[in-house]
Amino acid sequence: MAADPPVTSAPQDPLVCIRGLRFTRGSRVIFDGVDLDIPRGKVTAIMGPSGTGKTTLLRLIGGQLKPMAGSVLVDGQQVAKLGHGELYALRQRMGMLFQSGALLTDLNVFDNVAFPLREHTDLPEAMIRDIVLMKLEAVGLRGGHQLLTNELSGGMARRVALARAIALDPMMVMYDEPFAGQDPISMGVLVKLIRLLNDAMGLTSIVVTHDVPEAMGIADHLYLISDGKVVEQGSPAQLEASSSDWVHQFLHGEPDGPVPFHYPAPDFFDDLMAGEQ
Amino acid sequence: MMQSKTVEIAVGIFVALGLGALFILAMQVSNLSNLGGDDGYEVRAGFDNIGGLKVRSPVTVAGVRVGRVAAIDYDDENYQAEVILRIDPRFDAFPLDTSASIFTSGLLGEQYVALEPGGDMEYLRDGDRITLTQSALVLEQLIGKFLFSQADKE
Amino acid sequence: MAGMIRRLGRWGLSFFERLGRGHLFLLEALAGLPSLLSRPGLVVQQLYSVGVLSLLIIVVSGLFVGMVLGLQGYNTLVGFGAEQSLGMLVALTLVREMGPVVTALLFAGRAGSALTAEIGLMKATEQLSGMEMMAVDPMRRVVAPRFLAGFISMPLLAAIFSTVGIYGGYFVGVGLLGVDAGAFWSQIQDKVDLHEDIYNGVIKSLVFGFAVTWIAVFEGYDATPTSEGVSRATTRTVVHGALAVLALNFVLTALMFGEI
Repeated sequence: MAADPPVTSAPQDPLVCIRGLRFTRGSRVIFDGVDLDIPRGKVTAIMGPSGTGKTTLLRLIGGQLKPMAGSVLVDGQQVAKLGHGELYALRQRMGMLFQSGALLTDLNVFDNVAFPLREHTDLPEAMIRDIVLMKLEAVGLRGGHQLLTNELSGGMARRVALARAIALDPMMVMYDEPFAGQDPISMGVLVKLIRLLNDAMGLTSIVVTHDVPEAMGIADHLYLISDGKVVEQGSPAQLEASSSDWVHQFLHGEPDGPVPFHYPAPDFFDDLMAGEQ
Repeated sequence: MMQSKTVEIAVGIFVALGLGALFILAMQVSNLSNLGGDDGYEVRAGFDNIGGLKVRSPVTVAGVRVGRVAAIDYDDENYQAEVILRIDPRFDAFPLDTSASIFTSGLLGEQYVALEPGGDMEYLRDGDRITLTQSALVLEQLIGKFLFSQADKE
Repeated sequence: MAGMIRRLGRWGLSFFERLGRGHLFLLEALAGLPSLLSRPGLVVQQLYSVGVLSLLIIVVSGLFVGMVLGLQGYNTLVGFGAEQSLGMLVALTLVREMGPVVTALLFAGRAGSALTAEIGLMKATEQLSGMEMMAVDPMRRVVAPRFLAGFISMPLLAAIFSTVGIYGGYFVGVGLLGVDAGAFWSQIQDKVDLHEDIYNGVIKSLVFGFAVTWIAVFEGYDATPTSEGVSRATTRTVVHGALAVLALNFVLTALMFGEI
């Protein structure tokens, strides 16, 4: 399993390097010329309003979608140009945490975490057991390894999925909305885990979220995406100091500002009068 | 994965049942068991009319099936149908002057060859020929004859 | 008028697009089959949920269909004094037609719908996507074993159906209505041909198994990933599966037994 990844690019290079990315879905433009770097060993948060295609970005990095234009480089490899075998080899070194957890519902917790190990390695069962229990211990669910997936709360399911995502000791973990719909305690647990695992395992983490305080709390570097473009980037402190009204509105959740409260509409008075004709 | 042993046993039973059913169909239900292969001996018989007799129709003696029709051909010297009967080797004591008739089982049933043993001391051997034959009764001919006989009476 | 033609055109285009997707999907699934040689456990697991769990309905239906055939056949044949032929009637009906067809219809309803719903829900809950991101190809891990299991199960289930049905007919004909047991079996053995009837029956069930499983896994894989989409895909599996079985049955019967 986690054999040392072939060094295809120098360590100081960003792990993920996106240039001029363009992606459309039907007539809707999701990304239009996005440039983005994910530095190695850091937690990078990608934020933006709902529907800006943050999940799409993760799928582009994972090679499940192909960009219309531009390039997505992961560890020096152009993802969209990889063949089936190379792409799957690269994915073995990526972990992804889906919003729903995406646990396999016909398997229990233990087998879910063991799944990638059994699929990709020929390790003896005793060793798989050790690794699985280690990973479950890391997310605090070793005691629940016999539970079925429908017995887990949303937060626990995400922790199991996290244990599974790191089962093969990947170089990077992508988190898709890890905090969405979590109670404050599970949220706190997940924030702590993401930071802890990133530092302890030397991972590179990409967190896609729209929960501002959590993202500001754990990220080393943040990107703000809106309308298919990177609006602002920098450390949490740099973002706070941003002069952009939009960034200010987004970070503080103000109801009105550059993003108007009202959907574009004709003049209210005219509209009311029009009904009488 | 916990009950994988039970699953395997259940699948094993299922596959065994399925194969067993196929085996029953092949052995018990189909004619495989009494095809008899190539053993047995063949005798020939010429009929003026075989009606609906077909290859693989049964050959019976006293209602007991002793063989099958192996082939049907047309003999253009005698203007007759040439029927080759394959008789099971168990039944090897039919007198030479055995006669063969084509009958119908039931009103709508299939036609078969019935053998009627004679009194000869010699027995039929492979390749022998049955000379005493009675053709199939064709319904139209019967009705025709009946009508003519009625007409003659009047 | 123009609107109707346009709608027809759109329907035609989407139909052929779906057909094309279905065939590409089939190729991918078949390409995944060799990888199963090293993972027979996956197929065994699916044989359980596709085959073993369909066993009960197949046995019970086979029994009742055979019994009804015995009853109806007897009532009809006794009018001609031909009740001796009951065995042949029951056996030929089952082996040639009812066995493969009814089994395939039940299979589409029992196993096919379950396959579609399972794969569709795996898609809706991002399990397939999650597998892809874990570098596990769902075509090989999820689709191919189910496909193979369906293909293997169908002829076995059809054979069980026919056999149980013949014994059901035997029970009614011989046990209840007093047909001679020897005549029952000898008529069967006289008239049922190994090649003509049994082999062709097996070929039919193989074809039906292939078609139904293909439709089922494709509908699941192609389902709109919502609960409504999955339920519609499940319905489509049963409807299209049944139609495919009946249409294919006519074609196969014409080729095998007909003189068209």
